Amino acid sequence: MKLFSFKGGVKPDPNKTQSTALPISQAPLVARYVVPLHQSVGGTPRPIVQVGDHVLKGQRIGDADGWVSAAVHAPTSGTVVEIGPHIIPHPSGLPTDCVIIEADGNDTWIERVPFALESAQPESVREYLRDMGIVGMGGAVFPSHVKLSVPKGKAIEQLIINGAECEPFITCDDRLMREQADEVIQGSALFGRLVNAARVLIGVEDNKPEAIAALKAAQLTLGAPVEVVTVPTIYPTGGAKELIRVLTGKEVPGSKRSTDFGVQVFNVATVQTAWRAITLGEPLISRVVTISGAVGESRNWQVPIGMTIADLVTLAQPKPDADGVIMGGPMMGFRVTTNDAPVIKATNSLIVTAPGLFPPKPQELPCIRCGSCATACPQELQPFELYWWSRASKFEQLEKYKLFDCIECGCCDYVCPSHIPLVNYFRFAKSEIQAEQREKHTADAARDRFEFREARAEREKQEKAERLAKANAARKAAEAAAAAETPATENLAEAAPDLSSHPHQASTPIAVDNHPVLDASAKQAAIAAAVERARIKREQHGAKSGSDAS
Amino acid sequence: MSFETPNVLTQSPYLVQPVSVTKIMLKVLLALVPGIAIYAWLFGPGILVQLALATMTAVIAEAAFLRLRQRPIAPAISDLSAVVTAWLIALSFPPMAPWWLIVVGTLFAIVVAKHLYGGLGQNPFNPAMVAYALCIVSFPSLMSQWPHTLANGGLPPLDQITAIFFPQQVDAWAGATPLDHLKTTLRLATGNDTLTVQNILKDHTVYGVGGGNGWEWVTLAWLVGGLWLIQQKVISWHIPTGLIAGIGTLALIAWSIDPAHYANPIFHILGGATLLGAFFIATDPVSGATTPKGKIIFAVAIGALAYLIRVFGAFPDGIAFAVLILNMCVPLIDMYTQPAIFGEKSKGAKS
Repeated sequence: MKLFSFKGGVKPDPNKTQSTALPISQAPLVARYVVPLHQSVGGTPRPIVQVGDHVLKGQRIGDADGWVSAAVHAPTSGTVVEIGPHIIPHPSGLPTDCVIIEADGNDTWIERVPFALESAQPESVREYLRDMGIVGMGGAVFPSHVKLSVPKGKAIEQLIINGAECEPFITCDDRLMREQADEVIQGSALFGRLVNAARVLIGVEDNKPEAIAALKAAQLTLGAPVEVVTVPTIYPTGGAKELIRVLTGKEVPGSKRSTDFGVQVFNVATVQTAWRAITLGEPLISRVVTISGAVGESRNWQVPIGMTIADLVTLAQPKPDADGVIMGGPMMGFRVTTNDAPVIKATNSLIVTAPGLFPPKPQELPCIRCGSCATACPQELQPFELYWWSRASKFEQLEKYKLFDCIECGCCDYVCPSHIPLVNYFRFAKSEIQAEQREKHTADAARDRFEFREARAEREKQEKAERLAKANAARKAAEAAAAAETPATENLAEAAPDLSSHPHQASTPIAVDNHPVLDASAKQAAIAAAVERARIKREQHGAKSGSDAS
Repeated sequence: MSFETPNVLTQSPYLVQPVSVTKIMLKVLLALVPGIAIYAWLFGPGILVQLALATMTAVIAEAAFLRLRQRPIAPAISDLSAVVTAWLIALSFPPMAPWWLIVVGTLFAIVVAKHLYGGLGQNPFNPAMVAYALCIVSFPSLMSQWPHTLANGGLPPLDQITAIFFPQQVDAWAGATPLDHLKTTLRLATGNDTLTVQNILKDHTVYGVGGGNGWEWVTLAWLVGGLWLIQQKVISWHIPTGLIAGIGTLALIAWSIDPAHYANPIFHILGGATLLGAFFIATDPVSGATTPKGKIIFAVAIGALAYLIRVFGAFPDGIAFAVLILNMCVPLIDMYTQPAIFGEKSKGAKS
């Protein structure tokens, strides 16, 4: 098969052999699990259990709150002891709502029912996967069922199953492909059927020959309509856009989706987990996690979601000088702020750090515009130009130089001879621009509201004036009519002006009393109309911002 | 194990390649060493004295200005960028010029061209070429006294050092560069049909086999050093190729039209500062164009402009002025030559 290449990329020391020697091992049961409700891109699942409830392993504890959202489940049987904010592994170090379960030690499964795939509608398969909590396990944690619905008018020419695993230190997909090759192949074939793909390609970097052999053997035995493709080892081949380029030659720009080009991408662990969910009825309650770095035993563990990082790291016997943990790889991961945080669906790797392992960057020096970063950038950006514009906070220029096409892979940082933390600058600039846009949206909405209110007040004033004018005219007409009815009695006609100036007099109160009645009903109608208009406007606005977000 | 990491700016990537500005500059200096060795071998130790003077002046000026600007001194001095500037100044100045000339040139380069613009990475003009331009405009006769080789009546080694520190009249052992000599001779020869380029080159000892007696070997050493820099990925091929192509093409056109009055392209490529400029001066990343297409435009324009200045202008060589003029165009060139990014090239963007 003809392969393509992307420009740039780097070749850091893979550091993978340390953790591939031993097979995946099941992490032992611990006393307490912290399961964050918000674990995937999109909405935050609603908790459907209460403190004090007893839950079974695999029982759903959080329900998807929308289409782009995925359920969460209890990783073991036990009692819900708390639902509330707890630190999760996230670069921000901020807490989010978690369900804390005290294990009963029995690890009792809920009744597992395989999904009747043959008789099912595609829609119900997607709903099922959502309720089984299946999300992208390569690190992006995007709900898989959403990606399985192919937009109208598009056909999937190539479904790519990403087994590249290009980041140093991470080997969870490697071990999974070696040990569960059958499930990976069957899951890939299943996803191929679900999106009606013409071809299913599993891309694996050539530094994983055992995984490639296992997959090829499994494919032969099963006769599944998937192709295992060996791709060259170069970071970041595992990036979705880069792998699409390597396998198909297609370049998906930042502003487009891969489905626009007839391609969809899933991680190997995602298809394997989805396969188990469908054939065994097991929801996503555990995942393979690589532990390496300054530890006595580097290996992969099958870890229940919610086990704390501290518990897991203890299993790996950290070295005495260990001083922190990186979640993810050394190129794109982040330091977790506390090891009290749990393992989540996105946790593919934990690297225990020690002073000698990742020495701090040398002092930042001025940019000499050498262009190494531009040569290394797989997105073919000019990072040093972006750096200058970031420093100058020139947001328009940043967008012109395509800041938002940056995938934050870290290649530019890696090669910079001046040791400039370029990606940091870009993350900062991106968040500043996004904050500015949010502010602008808010300001626009506030202005719209204000203008609407002003316009309404103005209109009401006008309407009131018109009503008054009308009423006055009516009254005058009535008076004229009354005067016309009694033309003979001149003295009465003469007395009429006096009557109007004396409200207690019998003839006028009818007209005067009529006023408030008329006014009140009109006012009510006006209020009802305004409320209705506001509601329509709100709905339109909501729909617009909703479509922006999706 | 338990820990709390303060939420500080230690973000990914945590891996860095063991590269540094110092290493890059060191490689540039190393690439110059063969040329300097041949230079000193053929012309005597004068150049080594100039290199030492320039280096000392540059480092002292750099340190003093970092201190004045309240910047950390050690990391900036150890990046060796000032030394590279100093060496390029020494290599473009006449080797037996009085000591104060190179001191003035280097001071101006470091203080005005570099630090007054904000230091490393901020200077729009190539500091070494600013020094050259300043001195050739201010002291044209001193800047035009180039020595003969030791074998061809050059000043003996010890006298060279005396000449630098105790300047005196120098006509006996020095003269114009081959480029300069050719230009003046041709101008004087207007109307004289026997004085063709071929005859001038044949008759005069200053010319040698290529760009000038002795100089062609120094120049070839720049080429070797420059090719090594390309192999080491310190510089890209675009600028040297573009510059040589720019100067070579114009020389070829003029030579094929009128070989009696225009020297051949080889003479122009091996002569003067062409190869030093192509591999070591125009490739300064700070003041040069950065995009692949931009680098080519930048370099071809330098080559063409240098040819026009050295053949039709008043100065013996044109590389310095051509570089400075093109330095001014860099922002424009870069702006209009931004390469298409991933997924936005017309070829790949089609679905």
